[in-house]
Amino acid sequence: MSRLSSAETTTEEQPAPLVDAARDEMVAALATQLGDAVVESHVAPGRDAWVRVDLSAWDTAARVCREQLGLTYFCYLSAIDWLPSPFGRSEDDSAPTVAPSTDQLDHGVAGGATRFQLLARLVSPTTHLGINLKCDLPDDGLTAPTWSRIFPGADWNEREICEMFGITFAGHPHLVNIYLPGDFEGHPLRKDFPLLSRMVKPWPGLVDVEPMPGEPDEDEEATEAGDEE
Amino acid sequence: MTAISERQQRSYIGAIAAEARVNVELETEGMTLNIGPQHPATHGTLRIIAKLDGEQVVSAEPVMGYMHRGYEKLVEVRTFPQVTTLINRIDWLGNFANEVPFILAAEQLMEIEAPARAQYIRTIFFELSRQANLMLFLGDMGVQLGAITAVFYAFRDREHVLNLMESVTGGRFHPNFDRIGGLKDDLPKGWVEECKGAMVKVRRFCDEIEELLMGNEIFETRTRGIGVIPAEVALGYGLSGANLRASGVDWDLRRDNDYPLAWKDADFKVWTHPDGDSFARYWVRLQEVRESTKIVDQLIENIPAGPIMAKVPRIIKVPAGEAWVSTENPLGEMGYYVVSKGDLGPFRVKIRTASFNNISIVPWVMRGVYVPDVITILASLYFILGDIDR
Amino acid sequence: MTFALELSYWQSTILRIVGVLVAVLIPAGTLVYVFLFKMMSHMQSRLGPMEAGPHGSLQLMAEVGKFLQKEDIVPTKADRTLFTLAPYLVVGTVLLVYLAVPFGPDAYFADLDTGVFYLLAVSSVSVIGVLVAGWASANKYSLMGGLRAAGQLIAYELPMVLAVVGVVIQAGSLNLQHIVSVQAHGEIFGWGGIGNPFILTQIVGFGIFLLATQAELTQTPFDMPIAESELVAGYMTEYSGMRFLLFFIGEFASAGAFAAVAATLFLGGWWLPGFGFDNNAMNIVGPLVMVGKMMFVAFLIFWFRFTYPRFREDQLQTLAWKYLIPLSLVNIMATAVLKVVF
Repeated sequence: MSRLSSAETTTEEQPAPLVDAARDEMVAALATQLGDAVVESHVAPGRDAWVRVDLSAWDTAARVCREQLGLTYFCYLSAIDWLPSPFGRSEDDSAPTVAPSTDQLDHGVAGGATRFQLLARLVSPTTHLGINLKCDLPDDGLTAPTWSRIFPGADWNEREICEMFGITFAGHPHLVNIYLPGDFEGHPLRKDFPLLSRMVKPWPGLVDVEPMPGEPDEDEEATEAGDEE
Repeated sequence: MTAISERQQRSYIGAIAAEARVNVELETEGMTLNIGPQHPATHGTLRIIAKLDGEQVVSAEPVMGYMHRGYEKLVEVRTFPQVTTLINRIDWLGNFANEVPFILAAEQLMEIEAPARAQYIRTIFFELSRQANLMLFLGDMGVQLGAITAVFYAFRDREHVLNLMESVTGGRFHPNFDRIGGLKDDLPKGWVEECKGAMVKVRRFCDEIEELLMGNEIFETRTRGIGVIPAEVALGYGLSGANLRASGVDWDLRRDNDYPLAWKDADFKVWTHPDGDSFARYWVRLQEVRESTKIVDQLIENIPAGPIMAKVPRIIKVPAGEAWVSTENPLGEMGYYVVSKGDLGPFRVKIRTASFNNISIVPWVMRGVYVPDVITILASLYFILGDIDR
Repeated sequence: MTFALELSYWQSTILRIVGVLVAVLIPAGTLVYVFLFKMMSHMQSRLGPMEAGPHGSLQLMAEVGKFLQKEDIVPTKADRTLFTLAPYLVVGTVLLVYLAVPFGPDAYFADLDTGVFYLLAVSSVSVIGVLVAGWASANKYSLMGGLRAAGQLIAYELPMVLAVVGVVIQAGSLNLQHIVSVQAHGEIFGWGGIGNPFILTQIVGFGIFLLATQAELTQTPFDMPIAESELVAGYMTEYSGMRFLLFFIGEFASAGAFAAVAATLFLGGWWLPGFGFDNNAMNIVGPLVMVGKMMFVAFLIFWFRFTYPRFREDQLQTLAWKYLIPLSLVNIMATAVLKVVF
């Protein structure tokens, strides 16, 4: 598997389009088994493969991966909330934020249509290829079929997703909080759940930046000048 | 691939029978024992609610979250370089190894590569943190079983590795040394010689502990056949690292994945064991420490000269995209799924830690075992609370 | 103790009581310092306590002082009477063991004709103390520790008794002073230089006795009842302050007591080659010789303790019932046969 970038390529050369036969084959096999349920897929040659499936086929996809494609190793199961944080994108971003709306969300690789997406990874211990599975969850029905019958390791991951995002799993044997105390209100990893420590004391901004090794420390003068008010 | 052993089948049936006895009206009630959260055996605040019938465990359920620090939320408000400081503290014994997958993921998204010298030094430090982590395990397993002297030797010889790390990074436990594009500093003068000397001492420690602990008949009686985990079950739960290799699965991410780091330039063997019991897990980790010293010895001869930092802008903005990088950390497979939107900081990071999955097998493996075996199995699965709870 | 002077009964009783306390506490203290503080530390490549006194020798005084001034805590749900009674049961039996051991030709507390029988009987009473402690603490860990202890201590009584029977057969008497005398006057193949310490002929018995002692003291590898990494402190978990000090003293005093018994039965007791048996000087030298031999046996016990991991309860029981008891029975038969033959 060759990497996409190397120190030698210059911008003039067009690298030959790399083809990752093994991953393409794996994604194609999954698409054949699931048919219409595969909404979108993406293969980054030499790196990884993503497949977005329909919610109705979420557990079927897991079963197919494990039984037909040999992806027997359960890596993890998680979720992504694509809403940009109403409290600012990062700590040093002091620009006023646009009120986020749920219909114009920027999704990542293999696309997406909803705010919440499930993300899972399965790997094959023999071919060492992995696949990232994504799945859209409609805002009014944050429920997905459970994976714990197929991959027992998903049990705890689903409990974590449930308490952190509010997504429930149908058929899960014991969906209780795993990290948070039982009476915790709210779902912390949702973007509209504020990080309380930052609400209480806002970040002071870029105060000091460590200079690159070998470079003079120009920034200290700049911030000192700025700090003098 | 081992099938479920007869002993495990018998103990499983025993557990079902014990549960039936416990529920019968006229019988004495089973006892619910809380192992932890404050307990000498658990590496931190792990609580296991064990329902016992006499000395046999009917069910064991771990309760976590006593150390949950909310890393995945905290990284969303930090810039990429600041995340390094935070994730150092996930697995605090194998310190440098936590930073590496995240930095690699960020570098993958930025499509830059650190220079060869930095890659070599990163690999060497990765292996040093593996040694530091696993040496503690080798001694600690003795303490859990009652041999109190072994752990002192482990701590004493671990100092050599920690001194090496401190002389370069300034930190014994939290080096905070990896940067996107390279490393913070170069190696000091004379470090290579010291490192070679330290590797000799680590190997000597391995021999000593092998004779002291592994050759001990009581140790073997306490660990052989205890906590057998067949390979299929292990894969289904997501067990990784030495736990998986001790069940016979030949899979090591250093050898089987493609990293820009220097593992491909080193010649090392991946150790597996067919049994899948606690003894196998101990044995595999012992061999891994030895193998790790050999890797360091090979790499340290050939560190290429050159810069240790690639050309990166002062303020790092990682372009939009998603990347997953996982490495063979001392505890198992640790990976970061980094979602970036072109900002100063990540949009979402999913931290996949090894101990979370390693401990999720506890309810399955603890059915029908005796209370002392609970401690043995926990010790052999080897977890760090920061790794479970993040 | 009978000296040349005539003491009235009450005077000799007081002397005996003081003597026993001294005889118990001084070896216990020495054992704690030498083995627990220093030998364990040096084996683990560290120094041990160094602050109190030169090389930490007064650490024990500091510890005693610390324990004495602690708060007296009894858990709410604990059975108060039993909770307070348990440490005294354990320590009391240890004092009783020292009663029968001779320290010199005339330096003994009581010359019992059934000394060995008395010793073994009395040392088993401490099992009750441990059980009571485990139950009365109202703590699940203590209860588990107490139950494990009961099973273990009862199981290892048998090998201990059977191992000693070999010695009794060879000596021909249950009286400890007589056993010492037989060892002193005995000969190895006609050479009477060092007498005939029974360790040479009863080496199997010595081994079994040491293992059984290790188990009776609940030391690793037989320390399931305490099992520090599982049960925190087993049956002693809820004890603090003076009561814990009593358990602690009891543990090391009984180590000393069993070491003294082993020294008497197997190593020749207070007798040193070169001295006559009835020499009055042995009344002074004898106790010192005994202390020396006790330290040797205790060294073996503690060395074993700090090195080995612990057995699981069922493995422990298997060892006792399936291996040690048959072995000791074979030992008895062999001794009996050889005694008749030679």
